[in-house]
Amino acid sequence: MLTEDLKIQCTELLPAISFEEGGEWLNAYVASEDLKSFLGKLRSLPGLEFDYLFCLTCVDWKTHLTMVYHFTSTIHRHNIVIKAKLDNSNPEIETVSDIWRTAEMLEREVYDLFGVKFIHHPDLRRLIMPDDWKGWPLRKDYEDPVNMIKL
Amino acid sequence: MDVTGKNKEQKDFPGEIHETAGGGIVLSKLDEVINWARSNSLWPLTFATSCCGIEMMSVASAKYDFSRFGFEVARATPRQADVIIIAGTIVNKMAPVLRRLYDQMADPKYVIAMGACAISGGPFFYNTYSVVKGADHVIPVDVYIPGCPPRPEALLHALITLQGKIKAGLTREQIKENSYLNP
Amino acid sequence: MVEEIGRTSEGDLIINVGPQHPATHGVLHLVLTLNGETIKKVEPHLGYIHRSIEKMCESLSYRQFIYVTSRMDYLSSHINNHGCALCVEKGLQVEVPQRAQYIRVIMDELTRIASHELWWGAMAMDLGAFTPFFHAFRERETITDIMEKTCGARLTMNYMVPGGVMAELHPDFQKDVKSFIQLYKSKFEEYNELVTGNIIFQNRMKSVGYISYDDAISYGCSGPVARASGVHCDIRKLYPYDIYSKVAFDEITETGGDSYARYLVRLKEMTQSIRIVEQLIDNIPEGDFQAKTKAVLKLPKGEFYQRVETARGELGVYIVSEGGTTPYRIKFRSPGFSNLSALEHMVKGLKIGDLVAAMGTLDLVIPDIDR
Repeated sequence: MLTEDLKIQCTELLPAISFEEGGEWLNAYVASEDLKSFLGKLRSLPGLEFDYLFCLTCVDWKTHLTMVYHFTSTIHRHNIVIKAKLDNSNPEIETVSDIWRTAEMLEREVYDLFGVKFIHHPDLRRLIMPDDWKGWPLRKDYEDPVNMIKL
Repeated sequence: MDVTGKNKEQKDFPGEIHETAGGGIVLSKLDEVINWARSNSLWPLTFATSCCGIEMMSVASAKYDFSRFGFEVARATPRQADVIIIAGTIVNKMAPVLRRLYDQMADPKYVIAMGACAISGGPFFYNTYSVVKGADHVIPVDVYIPGCPPRPEALLHALITLQGKIKAGLTREQIKENSYLNP
Repeated sequence: MVEEIGRTSEGDLIINVGPQHPATHGVLHLVLTLNGETIKKVEPHLGYIHRSIEKMCESLSYRQFIYVTSRMDYLSSHINNHGCALCVEKGLQVEVPQRAQYIRVIMDELTRIASHELWWGAMAMDLGAFTPFFHAFRERETITDIMEKTCGARLTMNYMVPGGVMAELHPDFQKDVKSFIQLYKSKFEEYNELVTGNIIFQNRMKSVGYISYDDAISYGCSGPVARASGVHCDIRKLYPYDIYSKVAFDEITETGGDSYARYLVRLKEMTQSIRIVEQLIDNIPEGDFQAKTKAVLKLPKGEFYQRVETARGELGVYIVSEGGTTPYRIKFRSPGFSNLSALEHMVKGLKIGDLVAAMGTLDLVIPDIDR
């Protein structure tokens, strides 16, 4: 499906959606409360059927965090990027691991490195840092004078 | 000592052989014979964390064979190994595991630090929060091999250097053992 | 270290496998819950080689961060560098000369063959056969010798840079590659004779570690793991980069979904890679090996995503740039991470020996997972 048609169909599903210009694929901003239901519709509706989540990550913009999800459809071969803004002081969002099983480990990694809490995640704990590590390493305000040697 | 760690006058077999009637007599120091035997049959522990592990596997294969130096039997369990070749980066989560493996090895044990990461943190020195800047923060090291990754010939050179050090009695183990003689 | 660390309330055994263990995959720590010898739960613990690459790249310039990515999945280091160089070129909108594109694709395919060789040798060693290891390394040494003459290094070569390749090819390159192709074709039959047709290997790998088409997509599997279940996901065919659109090769898929199917997919991919190298080696055009770029690279503000097909699956490079000389955030979507998340689904209810066979065919390289 072409980018224009995707835009029209997404606006029909969620009128509060906003789009970002430029970029290789369609980039859409969704509010974090509406994310789970919108993504469920993206997965199941015929014509959209985004069944392959290939990248789930987070970007720290110092005033807020942004979750970024990259999807592709193995049936229709179109791609879409969904983003959601989160609050810096208490970042929480609903998990999507019941729709795409790959999100289980990807969300654990984001929790480990950024501190984003995923509600209803089956097993949310640290993945790659040691279990008793303090702090969220990939945030921009992370300071570690013991381990990090700055150039 | 020259580059291979052997003294110029060191012979292949540490001892004097005297032909006498009815056989022969071998005169030697027990320490030298034991060191000679130990250095020619060191069994490495298979400990490879990252890229240098592939070069260690290349040394084990047919082109740069290390079994001609006595290292053929690579053991997976530390209880049966003599030398641990630290091939790869050590991170904060792995350091207690490395210490535990070293403690489980039986004396005498020797350590080779292979690659830039094991010497000093290597390419991951600046701006990393999880890398231990050198394996010798965790366990004492006898031989260091520079390179990222070092060539298989460099690893062979290090093995021969370690053998020379054992024969000359200069590894950390041997210095520790003999320290009661010179307090 | 395999040691018991506890028992559940029903009397099941909880056992540690790793992080240091005889299978040469790297430092993977699995916590198994066993009932007798049957596996009930597998939990991978990661992080034993987490070198904080993504944080480090935020302070390296766009020319400098390529050397770090070589060390992520070190068995397909050319392909990793290729993906990063392509992403930076996408941002700079630089046209890569034809000669550099041909060289890049030939190096990529040779790396793919070398990686599959090592996988084949190590997997056979896991299942108990020590001889294929030496056969595999014989071919691999020939390839690394070719690479060393041109790139200067055997394992982590930083040869692909934004704009092209770093140096001109060695004069012996064409002759060496052609003799390698002849050698390979004569030795490839040995692989089938030694391992593929062996009844012991077939019994250990058939119907072990099954994953269905829908589950492979849901778990985000890519590369030979997904192609063995029937998913068409070869990035070289779907989103071709450099001159893959002009080269004739087949995408290998099987429908079995078990370990034997994954094994066959990788073996057949090796023959397809040789086919690609054969088509290109005589036709490398003359020209520059690197496009002219500024000394200090600055990407414009925005986000760029590039996908490449490594020997393990789909690698994604996602750069968020704020217009400076260093990236604001880099994320590497690693193929092994998603393939590993499917491991528990594959081996539930099987025995420990089947776990080793399934893990061998997943072809995990742990620094790629931990980054």
